[in-house]
Amino acid sequence: MKRLSTDRLWAIAVLTPSVILLAVFVYGFIFRTAYTSLTDWGNDPAQAFSLTPIIRFIGLQNYHDLFTSNLNARFRQDLVSTLFFTVFFIAGCLGLGLSMALLLDRNPKAEGIWRTIFLFPMSLSFIVTGTIWRWMLQPQGGLNQLFHLNPASNGWLTSRDSVWSFDWNKLPLITATIVGLVLLWVAWLAFRDGQRTRTWVALGCAALLLLWALVIGPNVKLLPAPELHGFNIAFIGIIIAAIWQMSGYTMALYLAGLRGIPEELREASRVDGANEWNTYRHVIFPLLAPITLSAMIILGHISLKIFDLVFAMTGPDNGPTDVPALLMYITSFRQNALAVGAAIGTVLLLLVAVIIIPYLFSQFKTQEGHA
Amino acid sequence: MKKSIKNALVITAALGLTAQALAAGKIEIFSWWAGDEGPALAALIKLYEAKYPSVKVDNAAVTGGAGTNAKAVLKTRMLGGDPPDSFQAHAGQELTGTWVVANRMEDLSSLYKSEGWSSKFPKAVIDLISYKGGIYSVPVDVHRSNVMWYVPANLKKWGVSAPKTWPEVLSACTTLKAKGVAAPMVMGENWTEQMIWESVATAMLGPKGWNDLWSGKLKFTDPKVVDTFTMYGKVLDCANKDASGLSWQQATDRLLSGQSAFNIMGDWAAGYMTTTKKLKPGSDFAWSPSPGTSGTFIMLADSFGLPKGVKNRAEVLNWLKVLGSKQGQDAFNPLKGSIAARTDSDLSKYGAYSQSAAKDWKNNTIVGSMVHGAAAPESFTSGFGSVNDAFLSNHDAKAAAQASQDLADKSRIGM
Repeated sequence: MKRLSTDRLWAIAVLTPSVILLAVFVYGFIFRTAYTSLTDWGNDPAQAFSLTPIIRFIGLQNYHDLFTSNLNARFRQDLVSTLFFTVFFIAGCLGLGLSMALLLDRNPKAEGIWRTIFLFPMSLSFIVTGTIWRWMLQPQGGLNQLFHLNPASNGWLTSRDSVWSFDWNKLPLITATIVGLVLLWVAWLAFRDGQRTRTWVALGCAALLLLWALVIGPNVKLLPAPELHGFNIAFIGIIIAAIWQMSGYTMALYLAGLRGIPEELREASRVDGANEWNTYRHVIFPLLAPITLSAMIILGHISLKIFDLVFAMTGPDNGPTDVPALLMYITSFRQNALAVGAAIGTVLLLLVAVIIIPYLFSQFKTQEGHA
Repeated sequence: MKKSIKNALVITAALGLTAQALAAGKIEIFSWWAGDEGPALAALIKLYEAKYPSVKVDNAAVTGGAGTNAKAVLKTRMLGGDPPDSFQAHAGQELTGTWVVANRMEDLSSLYKSEGWSSKFPKAVIDLISYKGGIYSVPVDVHRSNVMWYVPANLKKWGVSAPKTWPEVLSACTTLKAKGVAAPMVMGENWTEQMIWESVATAMLGPKGWNDLWSGKLKFTDPKVVDTFTMYGKVLDCANKDASGLSWQQATDRLLSGQSAFNIMGDWAAGYMTTTKKLKPGSDFAWSPSPGTSGTFIMLADSFGLPKGVKNRAEVLNWLKVLGSKQGQDAFNPLKGSIAARTDSDLSKYGAYSQSAAKDWKNNTIVGSMVHGAAAPESFTSGFGSVNDAFLSNHDAKAAAQASQDLADKSRIGM
């Protein structure tokens, strides 16, 4: 009994410092930032760096401005850019990482060397990666010269064109439609499983949302004028560099997963008459699903808060390749609008939370299940 | 037991006092002058150390072009209550609109009086660094933002002459495009593009109109200002499309290699071409005021001030005296590639370009640069980068003018 309590004391003594540090420097600062974002700190230049600034509480005004004010079109474009960047970055890393892992899993000659080569980019910092790729993707140099491409039509990082543009004013409509369709899908699943209440609730919500989207949605205007946002072509170069950097990491994850699959399972499927493709399709890929999920979580939060890679490749002042983290930096430290910067930071935190919290939740649940 | 604690306290206090006495001969100078600009600062520090040998100078330079990183570090330090003894800030709104209005700087009027500087610096400069009757910094150098650079031999080859107005630029542009020069005007990343707008606007509004813009007397939505955006859009049409990937040096390189004919850039370009590229001013490259701005000098200046609450106040005042002295300015500026802010500098120490700039500095109408923090507060300048970016994509002059006016209202220009 006495031993246990000294153990406990030790455990508490060892944990306390980090708990305190976390409480202050992570959660305390999150709270402080969230509070700052609800004030007008910096909206009046005279108060921004005053020794005794007058800071007033203005509620959600900063958020309202970010999403609807004329002056913050750049923030909205950044959100759209981040969305596209995240999708392509994750898809690219998973696809490339899985392909490399599958190739290495076939035990090629000098496998160790290949593994090192593929994993090596991850040991560089994003600043280094960004600088190298900036040189390679310069309109007048690198790739364009190597492949004799016309610099005028191949502006990897300098293009101002965008595709898949949509009007920001239609955002409520688009969101309602998508959520409505998802609910319909949920209703269909519930119906298939024979859960009646669930079916009806989901169906009812979906109907309400779709009705709203069709009748009221088109008349909701966030902005007086249409505002187009889309996927900026200049991002392609940055996505390539980011995939180059991180796909080795997904390869390592997948390779570990592949090596963890017992040979007996593959043999069993061969005995059952499955060919190579069917073995992968029905046996191996389902076993890799948890790995895909954790890779998506990690890549997802990297892509949401990406800053250094973009800074190194196109600088902080380039609208077509701007991301929210860069805008937060510029807004706080150049425009001196500290509260607005804090609001952008909070939006970023919420976006990351949307990805991380369900994951933590599911992890917690499975751990409880094991215990 | 108690006595020993007391003794310990006394000893600590005594140690603290001696440490302070030792630290009294110390000064921290915060700037973004590293790399190319390092030697010029070093010359100033050397001069200071020669005059005050007992003072230890801590050169706290933070690298990063135009102070992008240094300014962020400075702001966090100020918020954290740890101001550097003396820091660099562009003269004008970047100093007054950010630090003076926040009541962070000491009034230097008495220093100006005791050193007799009021007659040595041009009135336009003193106005820029003044706020409600006080003078808040000492300018070290002056750069000009409205200069057009070209290579005379290339222009002769193409059969065009250096344009004097913006419509002439557009017609020269058509001629040059017909002769196979794809982008007659070369520009680089965002802020260099904004410098073109600055030159266009000053040309079309005149120095008075330009100043009215920043005092709120002239609205951005005024048709005259909308026209500046329209003209700017036409100039952009004869410029390179890959601008966002180019530094100003790379843009200058394109001018020198003959890919382009004209470049609007501050006079640090002269330093780059003469010092780094070893070219001869006047023959290998030449310059004129940017079209339509002859007789107007759009200036930006670096200056140092005295933040409130610093430990080494006396040393800082001595440092500022060195900065403002004729000797200090003539030690610094030839190396920096700028001209002295004082009007009585020794011109024989300067290069051919700087001599011509110094002459204009004395005779021209002086106005402040928006891009480089003289005319408009940081909140405006920073936001204008986004306005410019949107304009590059949509070329909508009315929308750009409206956005600028919204920005001006938000930054409380003219209020």
